[in-house]
Amino acid sequence: MAISLNKMNQPQDVVYEQFEDLAQQQETYVIGMWAFLVTEVMFFGVMFMSYVVYRWKYQPYFYALHQELDWRIGGINTFILLLSSFSVALAVHFHQKKKKMQTLACLGFTNLCALAFLVIKMLFEYIPKWNHGHYPGPGFTWDNPNIPGNIAQLWYSLYFGTTGLHGLHVLIGIILFSVLMFMIAVDHPAITDYLPTEMLGLYWHFVDIVWIFLYPLYYLMPK
Amino acid sequence: MTTQVATEEKNYLQEGHTLASWLLTKDHKRIAVLYLISVSFFFLVGSIAAMMVRLELTSPRGVLMSNETYNKAFTAHGAVMIFFFLLVAIPAVFGNFLIPIMIGARDLAFPRLNLLSWYFYMAGGTMFLIAMMSGGVDAGWTFYTPLSSIYSNGQITLALVAAFVSGFSSIFTGVNFIATIHKMRAPGMTWWRLPLYVWSHYAASLIIILGTPVVAITLLLVVFERVAKIGIFSPELGGDPVLFQHMFWFYSHPAVYIMVLPGMAVISEVMACFSRNKVFGYKFVALSSLGIAALGFIVWGHHMFVSSQSMYQGIVFSFTSFLVAVPSAIKVFNWSLTMYKGSVWLASPMIYALGFIGLFTVGGLTGLYLASTGTDVHVTATYFVVAHFHYVMVGGTLLAFLAALHFWWPKMFGVLYPEAIAKWNALLVFIGFNLTFLPQFVVGYLGMPRRYHYYYFAPEFQVYHVMSTLGASALAISLITPAFYLTYSLFKGPKAPPNPWAAKGLEWEACASPPIKHNFHGVPVVVGDVYDYDAEAEERALRGLPPKETH
Ligand code: HEM
Ligand SMILES: [Cu+2]
Repeated sequence: MAISLNKMNQPQDVVYEQFEDLAQQQETYVIGMWAFLVTEVMFFGVMFMSYVVYRWKYQPYFYALHQELDWRIGGINTFILLLSSFSVALAVHFHQKKKKMQTLACLGFTNLCALAFLVIKMLFEYIPKWNHGHYPGPGFTWDNPNIPGNIAQLWYSLYFGTTGLHGLHVLIGIILFSVLMFMIAVDHPAITDYLPTEMLGLYWHFVDIVWIFLYPLYYLMPK
Repeated sequence: MTTQVATEEKNYLQEGHTLASWLLTKDHKRIAVLYLISVSFFFLVGSIAAMMVRLELTSPRGVLMSNETYNKAFTAHGAVMIFFFLLVAIPAVFGNFLIPIMIGARDLAFPRLNLLSWYFYMAGGTMFLIAMMSGGVDAGWTFYTPLSSIYSNGQITLALVAAFVSGFSSIFTGVNFIATIHKMRAPGMTWWRLPLYVWSHYAASLIIILGTPVVAITLLLVVFERVAKIGIFSPELGGDPVLFQHMFWFYSHPAVYIMVLPGMAVISEVMACFSRNKVFGYKFVALSSLGIAALGFIVWGHHMFVSSQSMYQGIVFSFTSFLVAVPSAIKVFNWSLTMYKGSVWLASPMIYALGFIGLFTVGGLTGLYLASTGTDVHVTATYFVVAHFHYVMVGGTLLAFLAALHFWWPKMFGVLYPEAIAKWNALLVFIGFNLTFLPQFVVGYLGMPRRYHYYYFAPEFQVYHVMSTLGASALAISLITPAFYLTYSLFKGPKAPPNPWAAKGLEWEACASPPIKHNFHGVPVVVGDVYDYDAEAEERALRGLPPKETH
């Protein structure tokens, strides 16, 4: 039992009926994944574009508003995501080598980081903001006389919209990683090679890259 | 390539007859049939709404419906036709069916994703129908804010979610086509041997994956603005409604090419087959598809010449809009030259294809009137615009859809339809179409605004509107007729041979009618160029002349 934990108990590589051979199948999956990531870039592109437009229009207010966020918390979260990206790359490496324990460990660590990211975001950012009434909508409360309330609300709409969409992607990542770990752990017949790990890895790197852009734009805004 | 087709073998239609065998199928051909049935249904829904609009406009005083009901009718017409017919029809039916066969593959790259896309389409469509019936949607297919986000009371939220969901169905199809075309081509099927059909669909898929996410998230932001009162487009919060228009048209101009590129795909095949000629300037036609896809993304501002856009933006967008007409014109010239020294055969698909070329040209040229800021200020938001886009979308995409339906019907279902009726019907479509939309150019130019349910201020417009409604009735008849004779042919039509048009291409030469489950026996190997027709040999045979001497 201890030994079988270290070896991937994989069946012979499975080629689905529409493909000629394994190489074609794997290349096709990777192209499909990249095409999907292009759509993701365009999704986030809308949020970034809106940010650019309004920052252009209200630069002094946006500068004042960025002080609402604590760059240290964002920084810790950035570090956590970078770690998770590293460990997911390791997971792909170990899966290629068919090392089950190591793959699972790396995926587990990635998931832990993802979870930590969300918990930190919730506890230190979303919930305190919410308690101060700083959420966009009819209940929005604002008492800083130097910044007009409606601009503040617009800024919060962008902030919650963009980081919320990103957080949703992190959450989806956690769910997918958990499913993948379970399937690897029980030697599920659908996991025929390392490709699922690689594709999820691509997804995860994308989620991280989005944050790498979000962090400086919202937390480290220059004057 | 030789054709050896064992007739006793089961074709894809015979692989299971239960409902589950259809609803859970992963075969691209069966999914295409599911799509054919569903897009036809939505086309019917959209057409009924169109007839309501046309009937209302026969009288200058707008006596049939209230202004609000009229708004709901034209919104239903526009949104259903665009989101649930034009954007989907050719790619999801004929693209699905033919792309794998044309490149010599057994199926699309991701069969389950393909089935999922149909379910997303149906979910979106159902939601939209519910929205229409439980209160209606009156903001127009363009959903401009703040009308859609603040002022309108209809079921906008549900309708927006419906468009969002069906957008994903589009994205799945686009991703699938791209992966398939890149990686599933048979040995010998190089990029420059791809049928132009595949090139055009490839370009349309690129637009889908680049554009659809943008509109999806934009519509979602409107939903948030409606439901949670947060807002990026809300002027009260310092937001800008024009930003919505920018993001909407950033997708929706390219989207008109998602609609028309697959139509162009069909026309290339039909022109080659019925002219018995290579498509003139193959590489130009192939690359012009990519050119359209690229240029299509930098012209969106021509929809906003009067929406507080700056003058300089207007000039730039006007210029780029003129540029985008160039690749379209290349195609039109090359199709016309394909007939030159060809052996033209006026079968029903060819009549539709010729109709496409003529009508698309009128649509494209009037697009240039709209793209010049000077004339656009005069005719924007009038029936001139309505006529323009119907010439490209109905004259273009719908006629191409009908051409495809008639061209590949024997392949899809293995039966022949009554060609004589089909020919006359094709002519009736052409006449009905022009009778409907030609008067709209005139009345639009004279000042009839679009989206008005009356025109008592200008009763002299009535004659144009009545002409248009008469034409629409003729068009309606000519669009119902194929439903009858095609369905009839399914049961009573003679069996089709594998290649009834003596056409070139893997789907005709290496594949049974209807195809077997995996399309081919083994893997086809492609040698030689695409469209290797010999017009001169055909003409000699027709005239009883001896074959050409070779020196
Ligand atoms: C030769 C290329 C084309 C040019 C230069 C062009 C130009 C234009 C312009 C300037 C407008 C805006 C008019 C206004 O609102 O004042 C317009 C509207 C429109 N065009 Fe085109 N067009 C072209 C091709 C097409 C094609 C191929 C399609 C569809 C298959 C299409 C569909 C539409 C639609 C749907 C609208 C109206 C949208 C709305 O306001 O509801 N156009 N076109
Ligand atoms: Cu346009």
